Amino acid sequence: MTSWPILSLVTFLPLAGVAFILFIRGEPDLVARNARYVALWTSLITFVVSLSLWFGFDRGSAAFQFTEYAEWMPGLGFAYSMGVDGISVLFVLLSTLLTPLCVIASWDAIKVRVKEYMIAFLVLETLMVGMFCALDFMVFYVFFEGVLIPMFLIIGIWGGERRVYAAFKFFLYTLTGSVLLLLALLAMYFESGTTDIPTLLVYDFPPAMQTWLWLAFFASFAVKVPMWPVHTWLPDAHVEAPTAGSVILAGVLLKMGGYGFLRFSLPMLPDASVFFTPFVFTLSIIAIVYTSLVALAQEDMKKLIAYSSVAHMGFVTLGTFTVTQQGVEGALFQMLSHGVVSAALFLIVGVVYDRMHTRLISRYGGLVDRMPAYALSFMIFMLASVGLPGTGGFVGEFLVLVGAFQVSTWVALLAASGMVLGAAYMLYLYRRVIFGILSKADLKTILDLNRREAVVFAPLLVLVFWMGIYPMSFIDIFSATVANLIADHEQAMAASGGGSMWAVLWTAQ
Amino acid sequence: MIGSDLMVALPEVMIAVLATALLMIGVFRGNQSASSVLMLSVVSLMLVLAVLVLRPSDQGGAFGGLFVVDGFAVFMKGLVLIGSAVAMLMSLRYLERAQALRFEYPVLMLFATLGMMMMISAEDLLSLYIGLELQSLSLYVIAAFRRDNLRSTEAGLKYFVLGALSSGMLLYGASLIYGFAGTTSFQALASVFAELSVAGEAPSLGLVVGLVFLVAGLAFKVSAVPFHMWTPDVYEGAPTPVTAFFATAPKVAAMALFVRVIMGPFGEFVGQWQQILVFISIGSMVLGALAAINQTNIKRLMAYSSIGHVGYALVGLAAGTEAGVNGVVVYMAIYLVMNMGTFACILCMRRKDVMVEEINDLKGLSKSNPLMALVLAIFMFSMAGIPPLAGFFGKLYVFMAAIDAGLYALAVVGVLSSVVGAFYYLRIVKLMYFDEPSEAFDQPIGGEMVLILAGTGTAILLFFVFPGPLLDSAAAAAATLFAG
Repeated sequence: MTSWPILSLVTFLPLAGVAFILFIRGEPDLVARNARYVALWTSLITFVVSLSLWFGFDRGSAAFQFTEYAEWMPGLGFAYSMGVDGISVLFVLLSTLLTPLCVIASWDAIKVRVKEYMIAFLVLETLMVGMFCALDFMVFYVFFEGVLIPMFLIIGIWGGERRVYAAFKFFLYTLTGSVLLLLALLAMYFESGTTDIPTLLVYDFPPAMQTWLWLAFFASFAVKVPMWPVHTWLPDAHVEAPTAGSVILAGVLLKMGGYGFLRFSLPMLPDASVFFTPFVFTLSIIAIVYTSLVALAQEDMKKLIAYSSVAHMGFVTLGTFTVTQQGVEGALFQMLSHGVVSAALFLIVGVVYDRMHTRLISRYGGLVDRMPAYALSFMIFMLASVGLPGTGGFVGEFLVLVGAFQVSTWVALLAASGMVLGAAYMLYLYRRVIFGILSKADLKTILDLNRREAVVFAPLLVLVFWMGIYPMSFIDIFSATVANLIADHEQAMAASGGGSMWAVLWTAQ
Repeated sequence: MIGSDLMVALPEVMIAVLATALLMIGVFRGNQSASSVLMLSVVSLMLVLAVLVLRPSDQGGAFGGLFVVDGFAVFMKGLVLIGSAVAMLMSLRYLERAQALRFEYPVLMLFATLGMMMMISAEDLLSLYIGLELQSLSLYVIAAFRRDNLRSTEAGLKYFVLGALSSGMLLYGASLIYGFAGTTSFQALASVFAELSVAGEAPSLGLVVGLVFLVAGLAFKVSAVPFHMWTPDVYEGAPTPVTAFFATAPKVAAMALFVRVIMGPFGEFVGQWQQILVFISIGSMVLGALAAINQTNIKRLMAYSSIGHVGYALVGLAAGTEAGVNGVVVYMAIYLVMNMGTFACILCMRRKDVMVEEINDLKGLSKSNPLMALVLAIFMFSMAGIPPLAGFFGKLYVFMAAIDAGLYALAVVGVLSSVVGAFYYLRIVKLMYFDEPSEAFDQPIGGEMVLILAGTGTAILLFFVFPGPLLDSAAAAAATLFAG
């Protein structure tokens, strides 16, 4: 335990890098080079500093740790309050890990406005980390919505052909959800008199109010996750974003929604959460099954992986709302492993896109002949995405299914069918891109992974296996927090005796 | 007695004296003194601001209850003075280039500022009207200041005709109120209404009609829907620095007046005016958001944007609580800074010494002038209400007041229209950052512009780091309205 304000340090260290980059002057080439190095070193140092969270985190405790507190708007009672518990600490690490990888992955791919690009990524890192650390709802909201600005610019400036459409769609979709969250936040503030998250976690909101608050929360988090049917911004944003943008989008930004459900909807509004559980289950299963089928029909690699993200995030919402130890742990684990695996898959697509400047599956085939190392990495990440035992993807989906099984056999059955479909579209993708005959003329000179790309994939490969073979080192971190969450939830339910919408409708009849 | 009255109104007296003196200088020295008169006007405004701020804020009433100085008045007057001074400073280069620099310009602006300060301190329907007319008459002339320019004269004429109509409505409302309540003093009105409400009686129909006319006149001055029609035409037609002036100081003054009239004498009758305000607030927010989408002229766009912003500020007023007034005060302060900065950017939009006003002219600005693009992007995101920029906190305050007052529907419409509004602010960011550059704007933009842009941009960007000073003084200002 240090007395350093470690969370603030991790949050705002990237801004120091931004300040450095702003002062770089000179020849355009030199500026670009220096900006890359400054961004790389800043994000690496941030990552190293954030590792102290991993080592310093007390795994047996469900309490918020590394807490910091400072007055911000004393007139209203908003305070700059930071802290992490088992739910959030790993997301902080995920964000700080992916940012340097994004910087390296963009090293040669981004050629224009490198300085601005690196600034956008470092600002984005600050906002993401701050969001996961915030212990004041208003501070959370500021970070949560602030993320839109750099992401909008990243998609819009460095994106593909339809980047303007994608950037606007991304921004307006998420903003619509967020503003309703803001109103819910204010309503909670006036009801409870505070925006302090630990206080709100134990506050009893009247059940009638919970329903409205829950719907407002849902509007925001469901768009972020994204859940069917508000997922349509995601394929557009992913396809048009530059590789590193997709990586952050899939790796961290989608988790903001899942995190929101776990941090706010479930513990703060237990009655409404139970009431809406069938609704969430239905949407999650549609997401899992329907978007898997959609993924099967895609022609564009990035779009395929984007739809697979929607399906995988369906497991997350499913697991979260089972409110069982395994289900919630599975949701958390699934988010982390999806953060690693989908990020890696977007990087995989980025590798061939940098060489061929197309993402169309039909333009590839037989890459294994020319790119064995690439084919191997692709295979490992692809299998992790499918959920092969031994990889991170398996643990999360398995735990979610165990949780779902305790709640409803049918839900578990339908969700499990999604795993089969997942295997179908991923293997089909892999076959079309990697196997077959290397017949296309322009593929005959394609080069395998270079050293820079190998450096990007190495830590992700290690993580995928680590998560699959020894998941306890991650589950240990959040199991105490999750147990506490479940206990609180059961206590709240015992006190109020609320039921799900089916039960309520049934008795009404 | 008169001596102490004058001391209470010292800032106003100073402006009147200085404006007259500068008018004399202009008259006797001719037009070559115009630029020094303008600079001296800026200095006088700063001087008055210093006097205003350094005096104890609670001076009480004067002139037999016609005039009042409280914390609210001081805060709003401070905003008006800053807005006027910055608008004047921004005008200098424009007028020189357009060869329209005449000494009457700063003098008229000073008189307009004097009128605004009278409005803010008005404690009687008559002093309200005098302040309002002093302001309006000066503004009519300034709108048509480029008298050789067709659009400018048209703007001035339009503004005059419609402004006169609204003044007429306001006066009619005031006369009805006088007829049915027997007094024009705010304090006396307040006690009349307090008695009525203690007795549990509704106000007579004549009073309600008078209130409606009064609100209509005031809504016209703040350009709220459905009295907004003049705004786009006048904003587009008037010379750009004049538009910058219209969009800032008079808006703040009119809003302050609106707050004082509604919360002061009519505070007891929330039920009578709340639905009117909710209606014009929703109307302004929605129209401001929707009508701006198809605009191609940036000044017209800013006109609709300002209609929208007035709608948000009125959300706070509609709440009818101290928190609501606090929200209005915070919103207007932030609005003032954002608009000053945005118009400074617009004034820098010139190619080969000719002003350009199409938003398409901003294409690729991030490449040709990265700093200006950055500052303008900050203002656009801030106006869209995206945290952590200052504009978000303005919206936060008014919506907080609305939620607290139970106006949930208003808050929901408000935030959703802010999403629609975000679209056209983002469009400007898109033009600057996503599109390929067209021809670059003229450089350099001038030292005073750099100063204004840097100052306002930093204030908006870093507001969240030090929100205390503004928020605390705004809260104190709002509290004084409710002290009695």
